[in-house]
Order: sequence, then structure tokens, then C-alpha cells
Amino acid sequence: MKDLAMLALDTARQRGALYADIRILRIRDEQLRTKNGQVAGVDRTEDMGFGIRVVADGAWGFSSSQKVTKEEIARVAAEAVKIAKASARVQRRPMEIAPEPPHVDRWSTPFEVDPFAVPLDEKIGLLLEVDAVLRSVSGVKIAEGSMAFNREIQDFASTEGSYIEQTILRSSVGYSATAVGKSDVQVRSYPTSGGAGQTMNKGYELIREWKLKENAKRIAEEAVALLTADQCPSGQKDIILAGDQLALQVHESCGHPIELDRVLGSEANYAGTSFLTVEKLRKLQYGSPIVHIVADSLSPAGCGTFGYDDEGVPAQRWDIVKDGLFVGYLTSRETAAAIGEKRSRATMRADGWNRTPIIRMNNVSLMPGTWKLDDLIADTEDGIYMETNRSWSIDQLRYNFQFGTELGWEIKNGKRTRMLKNCTYQGITPEFWNACDAICDDKHWVLWGTANCGKGEPGQIAATGHGAAPARFRKVKVGVGYVE
Amino acid sequence: MWSSEECRRILDEVIRLSDADETEAYLGGGHSALTRFANNSIHQNVEEMNVSLTVRTVLGKRAGRASTNKLDHDSLVRVIEDAKAIARVSEPDAGMLPVPGPAATENNDAYVEETASTTAEQRAAEVGKIVSRAETRGLTAAGKYLTGWGSLGEYGEKPAFALANSRGHFACYRCSRAEVGATIIAKDSSGWVGTNHHDARRLDIARLGDIATWKAEASANPREVPPGAYTVILEPEAVANLLWFLVWTDGFNALAADEERCFATGKVGQKLFGENITIEDDAFHPLHMSRPWDGEGVPKKKIALVENGVLKSLVYDRRTAAKHGVEPTGHGFPAPNLMGAWPTELVVHGGSQSVEDLVRSTERGILVTRFWYNRTVDPMKCIVTGMTRDGTFLVEGGKIVSGLKNFRFNESALEMLNKVEAMSAPERADSIVVPAMKVRDFHFTSVTRF
Repeated sequence: MKDLAMLALDTARQRGALYADIRILRIRDEQLRTKNGQVAGVDRTEDMGFGIRVVADGAWGFSSSQKVTKEEIARVAAEAVKIAKASARVQRRPMEIAPEPPHVDRWSTPFEVDPFAVPLDEKIGLLLEVDAVLRSVSGVKIAEGSMAFNREIQDFASTEGSYIEQTILRSSVGYSATAVGKSDVQVRSYPTSGGAGQTMNKGYELIREWKLKENAKRIAEEAVALLTADQCPSGQKDIILAGDQLALQVHESCGHPIELDRVLGSEANYAGTSFLTVEKLRKLQYGSPIVHIVADSLSPAGCGTFGYDDEGVPAQRWDIVKDGLFVGYLTSRETAAAIGEKRSRATMRADGWNRTPIIRMNNVSLMPGTWKLDDLIADTEDGIYMETNRSWSIDQLRYNFQFGTELGWEIKNGKRTRMLKNCTYQGITPEFWNACDAICDDKHWVLWGTANCGKGEPGQIAATGHGAAPARFRKVKVGVGYVE
Repeated sequence: MWSSEECRRILDEVIRLSDADETEAYLGGGHSALTRFANNSIHQNVEEMNVSLTVRTVLGKRAGRASTNKLDHDSLVRVIEDAKAIARVSEPDAGMLPVPGPAATENNDAYVEETASTTAEQRAAEVGKIVSRAETRGLTAAGKYLTGWGSLGEYGEKPAFALANSRGHFACYRCSRAEVGATIIAKDSSGWVGTNHHDARRLDIARLGDIATWKAEASANPREVPPGAYTVILEPEAVANLLWFLVWTDGFNALAADEERCFATGKVGQKLFGENITIEDDAFHPLHMSRPWDGEGVPKKKIALVENGVLKSLVYDRRTAAKHGVEPTGHGFPAPNLMGAWPTELVVHGGSQSVEDLVRSTERGILVTRFWYNRTVDPMKCIVTGMTRDGTFLVEGGKIVSGLKNFRFNESALEMLNKVEAMSAPERADSIVVPAMKVRDFHFTSVTRF
């Protein structure tokens, strides 16, 4: 691999590149799905290729191919330089990147059980056992389950002298029960929703940790109970968000707006920009004083955990919101330089070999507070506890959001009372986070994975991590999705 | 793009090498190049070439599927063996159908060599037209210009462009693609335009840039009006953004109707929408020219989904069709298919008016360019939430009088199709064919900060 990488860098330099890097990837993927007692799909995919990124004439170029041969690497390197020179035709000023010393290293995701070594029939057998439990509950019409495993082995080399071999291993598991009533469909998911369920950079031990069979009956019964549950009321309520829902709230209303490429306009035509503009750094009270949000590529087993990002910068941990104050961005070498920071925060990741790296969330997490969930419910007079995402939407500057959850519980005078269905809530990001007055402690804190975050043109999928414990937000608009 | 003969040679080799009871092989992927610009500069300029060979093998009533992006002999052998290994440990599927036999598929190729081979220099020149016009008006341009061939999807998906199976069925679809999107940004407003075509020469990129520029300037100094039920004029892009949810909530999927989890459950033959609503699925429509067969290899049929407001028909995958004793319609997902079928080449009939006519006939309303971050709130009721974006205008006395701060909406796509007062001629938007629509009592539920 090293010879091929050096060929790419030499060719790029000879063609006029001031900087070049190459990533050569070997990807193995396995997906298993079951539905109503049947195997709905077992897919294995192997994917190999390389991408070359260059700076020439002060502009970026990127080209890629699945043919990993000397001839193709030389051709693609030359093509990338040609593309960069075309980019320079429409450019206002040459781009600059923050300095980074060369790194020569190897890094791998720690794991206990290689998921690719676990027999297929064991994996399918477990999903079918869960499926049977789900369908044993009267009223469940559809039971679905899935597992997915992904291993990416990457060689990164740059003209600055870095050579990094990195292996990332990721596992996912989840299932759902769909109950059907008269003109109504209700779904409950476990461990959480979002298609993939829970996702972490771990081995097969993830699947064993989540007690899939033990929770199946409860999940199925909740789906059926939702059919006859009362509709979520409309009005202003205190809400307590379960950790899995709060993880997505952090993702959408904090994680995306701190991406510095968005802030600086790179995503303006697609994902949008951000209300967290540069002049607000270290000035905006983003949330209440108990809100502490950290970006951390070092958290064990998170979807945003790695040794180096795809620009070859080592993983880091830093504050995003400290005591409610907005203090940090996710940056790249280019965007760090653009706002005068000395070094990238290492958040550039690419979706495979055929995409150029862009800024992606690592593990952006809300730090735990001091409350026990039971105490928090007992302390709430008129509220709703909401769990597991069902619907999510936010504007392109990340102000106005609306979320829906699979399950809700009304809280009256400190007691959990009736189940509520079709729960929705809506708010404006800084107002919402400033209304946060209680966060549960580390016993309730879970590092959730968001497996399918989309961004960029061409589109790129990334898995991101978000730790959260349940938290309370005062006087939030609820019941906004069902308008008469 | 590869010729039909080249595709056939590769796929036939796979079929020849496989000793499974039945074998299907699919080729997907292609070439894609995308020039991306923001802040009046090209900031990302990328190119990729990727293929996918997927092999499905059947051993008795067990099946397995495996994919590779390598096409050398050893990789073909390996992917076949991998698919067979999966089949051996899979559960038997009593309801499994044999792979489809040979069937003639109508040629619907949409391939233009000049588009497929567009260079980075050519794309930069076109992008330069948008950027220079924005710059001369003191505005900022962002956007993309994509060209390529084959089936590479937005996120690198590689659906099949050719398939063959051990019963002798073969189909191939050749296409090129050009797609442009541009957002022009002013101090407190923005305007957007976007479209695609298989022939890049049909995209008048300078004119598209002018439309986005006009929207940005005309929506400057946006006013804030309270949320509520308004008459809206939805441009075709906004209509398409919403009507996709009829598909994504499995509304026309016969399997979902069997499972009683979509709005069409038990309602075929009933009048669900206004008299003026007629919806077809037609891959052969000149504004589509899409792949003329589905993921199961079944030739696509033109389907009347809704006629004058009456739900006429659903779309059927092979398994669901067999259960109902009808022919599959050519809208199924690849086997093993427990998801059913989606009609993805919608054609919504329209009227004869222009968007300007719809504005002129409106005493007070809101003109919407497009919706953004749209998500299902309730699948059975087809309630969708999302935001207006990049050109939202107040209409009074038949004229656009100002830009507006953006709204969040919560609206049922089903109910909306009962409130359509007038329509323009249909055009291609968001990859389907739809008219602009004037809709009464559209529900905006909150306003954002810009």
C-alpha cells in the first residue's frame, strides 16, 4: 500500500500540487434484517478504492477510483490536480490550511468479539428469537430486526510526511414492533429508533450488552398500548427528554450548528449555514448555566471515536458549551486557519474512499448533571416525559426545530400518570437550551450512536456519537404536529 | 457509459460461473463529477468512479446476496461463493418465487455522451456564470453542478443499471445525468433554484442563476406575519417536496395496504382527493425517461394511481402480486423483497395557468419556493412537518409585496390534495413531474428567526 500511496503523492507533486493526500480503503460490511419471522436480507459487501485530495493553484481537487492499480493511481492523481486547477478558475482567494506535524502511526478500534467471526446463523437466530417474542404480543402486526457490522481499514499518506494506518470497527443492532389499529399505526423501537438502532464502535459485544430478548415483550406491549393511549395535549408544558431523544436534540441543535464549514458558508446550498456565527464565539449564552456540551473523539466506543481524522490530525476533546456559554467549534485545517486558530480540532471525515473529507460531528455530548430521574419526575408538576425519536426537523440555520417521539408519559404533581401518543414539541434552539433546569446524573448517561447523519454534496453518511442523560426543559410548546 | 453488450458479457460470466440453483446478477454505479461552490468560489470539486456487482444465489428455498466493487475473475468467483455461503445458513423462505423469466423491456435510455463526459473545466465555466452575476450585484452564490453517467445515487447508492439471471432474463438501462442547484444569498434573504436533466445542454444555467438572484433580492427585508392557515401558492419544487410523502409513507404500496399501515388501506376505489387531482406513475414520461424495470427485474407499467380524486390502483411487487393474483407492476424493491413496491416516477396532472397567474388570482396568500427538512409526523394521516426556505413571499392584491420570514408547517399531504384551487402546467421538480398548486388553509404553525 505504501508504494501505491507514494506514487500518488509523487504524481500529484510532479503535476503541480502544493499539497496532496491519499486514502486507500478496504471496507467490509454485513447487514442482516428480519421481518415477521422471515430473513428479509443478509447482505455482505466488499468495497475497495482510493481517493486523492490535492491543492494546486491555491484550490482543492479530488478524484477517486475503485481500481487500486499503479496505472489508475497515477491517472487519478493527475486528474485531481487538473480538477484543482479548474477550481482555481472560480476562486476569490487561495485557500490556506492550519499547520500539522507529520504523524506515522497505527490505530484500531478496541473490541472484544469480532462480529465477522460470529456465525451468521447465531446472528440470524437471535434476531428471529426476538421477532417471535415481539409477535407473541397480540396486536403487533409487524416485527422487524436488524444488525449491521462495518470494518474500514484505511491507509492515509500526505505530502507532509504522515502515514497512518487506521481500522475502525462499528456494530449496530435494533428492532421494532408495529401495532396497527383502526386508522392508526404505532411503533416502538429498541434500543432506540433511527433504522439502525444503537450503533457504537465496538464488536459483537454491543449486541450482547443490550439484552435484546429481555426487552422485546415490553417494547411490543408498549406499541400495542399506544393505540389506545391519549393524544399528546397541545400547549406549554415542562418536558423531560429521555437520553435517546436528547441525543438527537444535541445532534441537530448543537452538533450541526457548530460545524465551522457550515458557519462559513460551505453548506449554504444544501444543509444550510448556522446561527452560531463567529462573532458569537465566547459571547453567546447558548444554554442555561448547567448546560455543558463537549466534543470528544476519545470517548471509548463512540461512533465519533478514532485515532486520527481523515486529514491526519490526532483525535482531541474540547468544550463546545461551558456553563451555558458557547465556546467551541468543530474545525478542519482549512476552517481553523480561516478563523485564526492554530490547529484543527480533527473533525474531517469522509464517507468511504470516494468522498472528500468534510467536517463531521465526533462525539458531541451533553455532560451529566446531578439529578436522579425519579427525583426529577417527582419535582415536576405539569409535564411530559418523551422517549425515542419518531420525527425530527430543523431549519437551515438551526433555530426552529420540531421533534416527535414514539412514547410519552404525562406527569402530574410529581407522578407519572397516563401514556400519551403522537407526542411532538417545538422550540427555538437558544431559548430551549436556556430553559434547561435539570440534567440527570452519570448513572443515567448513555453514549448513543446516530448511524446515518447526512451532509454534503455529493451526500455523505457519517455515524456520530451523542452522550446524554434525561433532562428537563421548562415551558415548551407541545402537541404542535396535529393542527385542526 | 458501458454498452449493453459489455454489461451482458460481465453478467453472463457471473451466471456461467455460478452453480447455484438460480442466480441473479446486477450491475450498478457509474461515474459522477460534482463542482461545488460557496462564497463565490469553488471550494470542493470531486470525481468518482465506482461500480457494484451484486449476486443473489438461490439454493432450494434459501437465498443469499453479496456485493463487490471488483470485476476481475477472482472477485466474481469470490462474490458468488459468498452469496452461496449466506444462502446455506439462511432460513428457508417457503414463499420465495423463482427468478423472473425473460421479458421484453422497452428501451428508455436517456444517455447523452457529451453530458457523461463533461470536464471539470466545462463545469467551472458554467458555475462561473452564476458566480459572476451574483458578484456584480453584491450577492453571494453557493451551489453545485453535477454531471455523470450510470446509477450513482445522491449518497453513493448503486442501484442496478443492468441485470441478468439464470433463466435468461437480461435488461440494461443507459443514462447520463446533469444537475444544478444554486442558492443566492443577500444580507437577510436568499433565493434558490435547482433542476436536473439527462442532457446538460437542456440546463440554461445562467437563466437559473438569474431566477435565484431575483428571489434573493425580492425577498430582502423579510416581514414577519403570524403563523396560521393561509392560502399558499406552492411552486412545483414545494409541491414535489410534499407529494413524495405519499410514496415514502408507503401510501401506494400494495404490501403496506395488506399490512394495514398506510392511508390506502381498504380505500382503493374511494374518492380521497379533490376532483382536480389525477396522479400516474410513468417511467416513460418524457420528463422522466427512467429505468424501465424495477429492482426485481420486472418491466415497469404505466399506472393510474389517482383519477379525478379517486384512488384507482396500488403498485405491486412480485410476491404481493402473486398473493392477489395480479401482475406485478414493475415497482418492486430488489429480492429478497419484504418491503413491497414504490411508484417513484409520479406524474401529477396540472392546469394551464402559470405561477404568475396563480399569484395574480390571489387576494392574500403566501408564495413558497420550496420546503426543507421535511419529515413524517404521522404516517397514516400523511402529516408532514418542515420549513419554508430560500424565497417565501407575501402576496396581496394579486402581487408579490414582500419577502417573509420562514415558517414551519404541519400539514397532511392527503388533506392538501382536497384543498387545491388551481394548478399550473406540470414540470419536473425534485425528480417527479408536478404542477404548481394554489392551496387554501395551509397550516403554518410557527415562524423562525429569519
